[in-house]
Amino acid sequence: MSVFTALLSRDLKLALRQSADSLTVIAFFAIATVLFPFGVGPEAEILSRIAAGVVWVAALLAALLSLDRVFTVDFEDGTLDQLLLNGQSMTFVVLAKVIAHWLTTGVPLIIMSPILAITLQLPAEGYGTLVLALLLGTPTVSLVGALGAALVLGARRGGVLLSLLVLPLYIPVLIFGTAAVEAALTGMPSAPMLSILGGFALIAITLCPFGTAAALRQAAE
Amino acid sequence: MVRAVSTSDTFETATFSGENLICRRGGRLVFTGLGFSVASGGAVVLRGPNGSGKTTLLRLMAGLARPIAGRLNWSGAALADPEAHGRHLRFIGHLDAIKPAFTVRENLAFWADFWGTRETALVVKAMEAFGLAALADFPARLLSAGQRHRLALARLIASPAPLWLLDEPANTLDDRSLNALTQTIADHRARGGMVVLASHGADLVTGGTTLALDKFTPTNVMPWDET
Repeated sequence: MSVFTALLSRDLKLALRQSADSLTVIAFFAIATVLFPFGVGPEAEILSRIAAGVVWVAALLAALLSLDRVFTVDFEDGTLDQLLLNGQSMTFVVLAKVIAHWLTTGVPLIIMSPILAITLQLPAEGYGTLVLALLLGTPTVSLVGALGAALVLGARRGGVLLSLLVLPLYIPVLIFGTAAVEAALTGMPSAPMLSILGGFALIAITLCPFGTAAALRQAAE
Repeated sequence: MVRAVSTSDTFETATFSGENLICRRGGRLVFTGLGFSVASGGAVVLRGPNGSGKTTLLRLMAGLARPIAGRLNWSGAALADPEAHGRHLRFIGHLDAIKPAFTVRENLAFWADFWGTRETALVVKAMEAFGLAALADFPARLLSAGQRHRLALARLIASPAPLWLLDEPANTLDDRSLNALTQTIADHRARGGMVVLASHGADLVTGGTTLALDKFTPTNVMPWDET
């Protein structure tokens, strides 16, 4: 386990030292969301209808912005070679990287989301469900995103390629994430949608780390 | 009982060898029919002109690249699990794997931690061996190219492993660091460690075998011959 704990604490410490990286992502999330009231007008009725969807889309785009860097820096400075020689299993390395990514971008996005939902006039019944849906959905975003980031490693203009590869895969998360909030607002039970989001996370955590590990090994060759 | 700090520890006796290795990179055959063998306390120096496959062979020995044919053996048995092979070795390549935001000590301590070395005394010893002790709390982004390379080499001591794979380790080193490296390699071999290194110039090892890679370059296959 030394591989996992050492790498996780290193990545968190690095994120703290270079906090500008995480702050940019959060600032992007805030600005992208705040643009909507200007674009569609301040009517509470329209805004509250699109609030959940806007927060989700902005969160996905913000996460995408940070995914580009998950493996690139380590790849370019030779760290990835050393990580591959960990002597235990590459899956631990991938899990440490993904969890660090989720803690440094997913969690701040979740914390920011209710504040931004206020500017979008989200009715009070929706907040709890929105946070819960993001809590269940963002791990999938990090896991699938890391797989995409590993696959495009070393490619020219990898960031653009990454969004083409990964954004379509986020559609199911987006659909059930917004549907959960929608249900809460109309007085329907949101538990089924939340369960499905949890299911996605479970599928992603069982499959993605292996694929990501294989992609990283391929990138190093 | 507390385990004695490393210097006197020796590695288990082992041999590392390869037979009939064929490697292709970017559609070009780099070498064919290559074999090598190194035993505890031994050293192999890879020599050859640029592009003869020194780095490729080292990465192949590390398990970072795969040959299209041939096999690698550890103590006689074929390496079945390339992931576990990482436990046997330290690889120092052209890229130094240093995080500029961390200090010299933090950089070293992370790798020692990562490879499960529990002895912090080794980190200190590693910095002293490569003249980095005075820079311990210095951010790595301020280091010169030579200092960065020394920091990369210091990982060898901070986290011991029997097999060292060094890709042109003499690059960017001044005379004093070169002596330190020669001494470090000699100590490692005295403890039963193995060293494979690619080198152009200075002799860093005494009594090692030399492997001339250009002997294994397929002469009739040139990049422009392939369609």
